[in-house]
Amino acid sequence: MSLGRKLACVVLVLVLGASAAANWLAPGGYSRQYREATNAPPSRLHWLGTDEIGRDRFARVLYGTRISLLLAPAAALLSTLMAAFIGGLSGYLGGAWARMAMAVTDLFLSLPWLFLLITARALMPLNVSPLVSVLVTFLLLGLLGWTTASRVLCTTAGALRTSDFVRQARAAGLPGHRLFWIHVVPNLKPVLYAQFWISIPVFILSEANLGILGLGVAEPMPSWGSLLKELEGLVSVGEEPWKFVPLILLVIVVTSFQLLLSRQEEVAA
Amino acid sequence: MKRHEKESEKMAAACGKAIAVALICLASLLGRSSAQGGGDLKFCIRTEPKTFNPLKVEEDASSAIRYLTGGVLVRVNRQTQDLEPGLAQSWKVSKDGRQISFRLRSGISFSDGTPFTAEDVAYTIQQLMDPALHSPTGDAFRSGTGNVETKVISPSQISIRFPAQVAGLDRLFDQVAILSEHSPKKEMAVLGPFMVADYKAGSTVLLKRNPNYWKTDEQGRRLPYLDSIELDIQPNRDVEMLRFKRGELDLINSLDSEYFDKLATTSPQLVHDAGASLDSEQLWFNEVARSPIPSYKKNWFRSANFRRAVSEAINREDLSRVVFHNHAQPAAGPFSPANKFWFNAKLKPHPYSPDVALKALQSEGFRLENGTLKDKEGNEVVFSIITNAGNKYRERMAVLIQDDLQKIGVHVNVVTLDFPSLIERMTQSFDYEAILLGLTNVDLDPNGEMNVWLSSSDSHQWNPQQKTPETSWEAEIDRLMRAQASSSDVKKRKEAFDRVQEIVVEQEPFIFLINKNALSAVSTAVHGAAPVILSPQTFWNAERLTVSAK
Repeated sequence: MSLGRKLACVVLVLVLGASAAANWLAPGGYSRQYREATNAPPSRLHWLGTDEIGRDRFARVLYGTRISLLLAPAAALLSTLMAAFIGGLSGYLGGAWARMAMAVTDLFLSLPWLFLLITARALMPLNVSPLVSVLVTFLLLGLLGWTTASRVLCTTAGALRTSDFVRQARAAGLPGHRLFWIHVVPNLKPVLYAQFWISIPVFILSEANLGILGLGVAEPMPSWGSLLKELEGLVSVGEEPWKFVPLILLVIVVTSFQLLLSRQEEVAA
Repeated sequence: MKRHEKESEKMAAACGKAIAVALICLASLLGRSSAQGGGDLKFCIRTEPKTFNPLKVEEDASSAIRYLTGGVLVRVNRQTQDLEPGLAQSWKVSKDGRQISFRLRSGISFSDGTPFTAEDVAYTIQQLMDPALHSPTGDAFRSGTGNVETKVISPSQISIRFPAQVAGLDRLFDQVAILSEHSPKKEMAVLGPFMVADYKAGSTVLLKRNPNYWKTDEQGRRLPYLDSIELDIQPNRDVEMLRFKRGELDLINSLDSEYFDKLATTSPQLVHDAGASLDSEQLWFNEVARSPIPSYKKNWFRSANFRRAVSEAINREDLSRVVFHNHAQPAAGPFSPANKFWFNAKLKPHPYSPDVALKALQSEGFRLENGTLKDKEGNEVVFSIITNAGNKYRERMAVLIQDDLQKIGVHVNVVTLDFPSLIERMTQSFDYEAILLGLTNVDLDPNGEMNVWLSSSDSHQWNPQQKTPETSWEAEIDRLMRAQASSSDVKKRKEAFDRVQEIVVEQEPFIFLINKNALSAVSTAVHGAAPVILSPQTFWNAERLTVSAK
């Protein structure tokens, strides 16, 4: 294992461990308001300072990591599986199946999701707990985020269907479903992984933006998305650098996952 | 020897006096020369002006242009809040409040040279009251059915008669910019200090000095001092702030508290806090009988004791200090103390007292069990507060209120919604429990809020469109508001509206939270600026501003 991958493992273990131990590391909790110390710089009491209403940023980062690291990958997994099923299978089958799947994908892509999400919010009761709100948000993201990945997978699967090794396997009498699982799916894996990892930061940022529709993670619960909103209006990087910690954490975590992924791909190959 | 010394001292003193006089004269001359070429002022408007027709103005950008270019018969002095003569030398409102007569200044011309007469005033009123024009300014004058009659007595005298009494009639003319009946330039011929010289859509509006402006200063010099005003259309506040810091802009008319503090740390001489403005932020509960919320919650919300307890459990001082960085004042009632005449000075902001609030709730049958408040029937006291998404100050206020109410066992869910969804819930479906929003007041007179306080009104937000008042205190407010609107005796009007304010504070249909301060920034290159709380805060005296070379 290379040094980079070892480092990635250590980082992920540390981040996951710290978020799991949030109750112990930040006993004050994520919602306690220190109103006499609002927007404070890092100190012995508040390692990453406090936010605009005096909540401990370190505690919020830990609890936000727990939520985002659990739910964004879950939503990414859901959307990637849907994309694999719709795009991968239709691309492999080709012909009318592929055309039909792509028509459905195009239809989904052309729908005004903003209005559909507003409708979804209107259907939801106002008095939902922050936990339900966050679950619904990531479920919606997972159910709606498969379309772009589906097109990529359909094209890749279509190319595999007409490739020499698949033709050879078919000529050798391998049944269609076995051919799909043994030859096509393993070759789709790199694309699937890529779509999965791309989706995670996209969903984290989408969750932050969904706040405008009353979806997203409800106050006072934190998430990486809501923590990233603090960067709005910052005039310079040097002004309050500790506010960039959630962003740096997001980049480090996604990069670490990708480093580990590349190892898995090599093993798979 | 001593005598010599005394004489030489006298000589020196005389010489000193002469030099001082010469310096004062020179300074005066220099001052005069800079005042006569007053420079070019540059600032941002946040949206594209929708119209240059002053009668059709309905948004801030067009309103700013109307203020700078329009000539009005009477003007509300933004500093003293008193009414002052404009194009009219004097005016008189009839006892029944239906008629107003103006005596106009003579020898005045529009910016294109067309003479100004009473015919122009009559033409403007006809245009203003034309239903086909849909003038928002005209709506304020529509007090009853029937036509408005204008009678031109002479070129400098006119009387206007309305079909019914219009309360605060003379002050309404502050918004009516007079149009020329005969000028080929139509609404582009103006009587104000500046005129529109150029307009580049999406970019700038250039205003030049009106050479025919009628006003002069105390020394007899013709106003305005400025040569031009360039209004850059810039919706992004970050960009506006950066350009102001770079010296590309001369002022920012309305700052929020975060930007104000950032600027104050580096350049305290540039920022101005004029104190509490007329704007308020408030919370209210849904009291609509037909709303689709559980009946036990309706019972809570329709109880004045419940509303008062919630009000007392909210720490307004913290809202002001934490959310607005002390650039807001805890609100005492429906009108801000900034409204010098109409504010009821007897009213004080609710003190923060969660213990008193909890006792009041317990006397109503509520009980605290394991940190959760429950009503008589055992229902947990949980409700949602909705506010408009994207407004970080309201979002922060909601989170502070959520935390405050948690201390008396009340669980609040904060929901941010896009504005159209919020308005739909507030005015159509009534599917909400509590709303946190603000009220922007531009009118000093309580008649500007008739639509809020009358129980039959669409904008009576906690329970609109009532066929008959559902509570005795709402009936009393209706009676008092109508009484003050139909009286021309200012003292009686004040008494009636003072009582309205007291009832509102007793019953708390709106839980008034804070009055935001009027914050602005003005470059040191601008001379004569005196930011105030009334709009337009920084350039209300634009005709007397000068800008020195940068």
